Amino acid sequence: MNVMFRSKWWSFGFRSAIMLYFIVLIVLPIIGIYSQSVSRGFVPFWESISDPLAWKAVLLTIKLALIATVINVLIGTMSGWVLIRYRFPGRRILNSLVDLPFALPTAVTGLMILLLLGPGSLVGELAEKLGFTIVFHQPAIVIAMVFVTFPFVIRAVQPLLEEIDKSEEEAAYTMGATKFRTFFTVIYPSMLPGVISGAMLAFSRALAEFGAVVLVAGNIPGKTLIAAVYIFGEIESDNAQGAAAVSVMLLTLSFIILWTVNLIQARRPGK
Amino acid sequence: MTIRRTWITLTYIVFTLLLIIPLIEIFTGSWADGWSGFIEGLTRKQSLHALQMTAMIVVVVTAINTVFGVMLALYLVRAEWIGPRLKRLLNSIVDLPFAVSPVIGGLMIVLLLGPNTVIGSFFEGTGFKVVYALPGMILASLFVTFPLMVREVLPVLQEIGAQQEEAASTLGAYSWYTFWKVTWPSIRWGVIYGVVLTVARTLGEFGAVLVVSGNIMNKTQTATTLVYQDVENFNVVEANGIALVLAVFSVGLLLLMEWAKKRKEVH
Repeated sequence: MNVMFRSKWWSFGFRSAIMLYFIVLIVLPIIGIYSQSVSRGFVPFWESISDPLAWKAVLLTIKLALIATVINVLIGTMSGWVLIRYRFPGRRILNSLVDLPFALPTAVTGLMILLLLGPGSLVGELAEKLGFTIVFHQPAIVIAMVFVTFPFVIRAVQPLLEEIDKSEEEAAYTMGATKFRTFFTVIYPSMLPGVISGAMLAFSRALAEFGAVVLVAGNIPGKTLIAAVYIFGEIESDNAQGAAAVSVMLLTLSFIILWTVNLIQARRPGK
Repeated sequence: MTIRRTWITLTYIVFTLLLIIPLIEIFTGSWADGWSGFIEGLTRKQSLHALQMTAMIVVVVTAINTVFGVMLALYLVRAEWIGPRLKRLLNSIVDLPFAVSPVIGGLMIVLLLGPNTVIGSFFEGTGFKVVYALPGMILASLFVTFPLMVREVLPVLQEIGAQQEEAASTLGAYSWYTFWKVTWPSIRWGVIYGVVLTVARTLGEFGAVLVVSGNIMNKTQTATTLVYQDVENFNVVEANGIALVLAVFSVGLLLLMEWAKKRKEVH
């Protein structure tokens, strides 16, 4: 057996198999979708993305994903800070719960939001009385996005907070800086790379979200139809080229974000 | 002290509203119509079939991506036959599926292997269906979960360095032997963590599978796509039953994740 494992041919074959798998599984499909989007020339490509429903869906997705990201930056920075800096009963349980949105299937998330906030539920009725509806309207999409991307900022901020040199902070205090000032001049700058890369990951995940949103959005074109659901609709109605064209827009945006995050993380000192 | 208490209270409020109440809702919602409604929803033919499909896909995808993920991580860190520039390029390609919306991932497979394409019609001719059948669903899940294992194992390999392995192989150990005796013990917990993540992601995969499978009842329907269909058809109680099963598994996986993370930090 071992003679076989050591043979050059065997190891060459093995290497090629792994690399081939990698290329065929990841690279080929991405090339495929870019080429499919312009398969009938640039004019149909342009027509597909300049369709008002298409670009409205993309713009709406960007807008709602931005709102969700801002919310997550606020509550994520706070939660990350509290979970690392303070010791209080239940801390460990809360810290484990952070990853729940990663573990829970997105279709289950969608159903959950529907049950909690939908028509007939306590919150849903209350909102109805106050004159607005949550489910099948934009708020539900934002809630779904916030839930699904909740772990990103926290998990990006926590390791940075653990690394902060306590002596710098103490030095600031001894020199008479207020707590507020210490936070913004000493602590916040070292958290910032984590907040930014966490926010960008959350944003790109929110752009891509489908499962949780499709169940709660109502999917009304121009109003609550987000890009991923629009693409799904185009596939269902057999318009592969149109679906590919909008996909390419969304993909390019996500790739730029991912690339930027990698750059930020590569620049981090000590990594 | 009061500031501290305010922050902790605020964090508790956020967690309760966003995570704890929804989790409780899933667990209590399925009992809304009593035990019998729950059992009926779960023992429908399509429910059992969908759960079986999900289980099968999870097993196959996790096995394939574990083997290929660990090997690729090894190559990306250790291989001398890949230049450093190419290595960096490959390294950034690994993450691409993270940036791809699941629906788009599914669309990619339909575009490449669908019945109207060259490769697809070739397979169709030999009687082997890829799209709207199990192989396509497995492919879609493989694509979506590919980075998870690589991203867990790669940093561990970088951290431990190659000295021990080199020592073992200069002492005459065979490469397979070196892997099991030297490399494996140090990456073990990373791999286990990667397996848990892959299982969780495959179990919950929805968008990509929905597009590739065509969601045909009793044929290509998975647990998550059945939940979707039930909700669309207003069978909320039935949907809730399956959602509960999925949620129980997710919470179990979450606990496993915590356990593996702790072990990973110790070793």
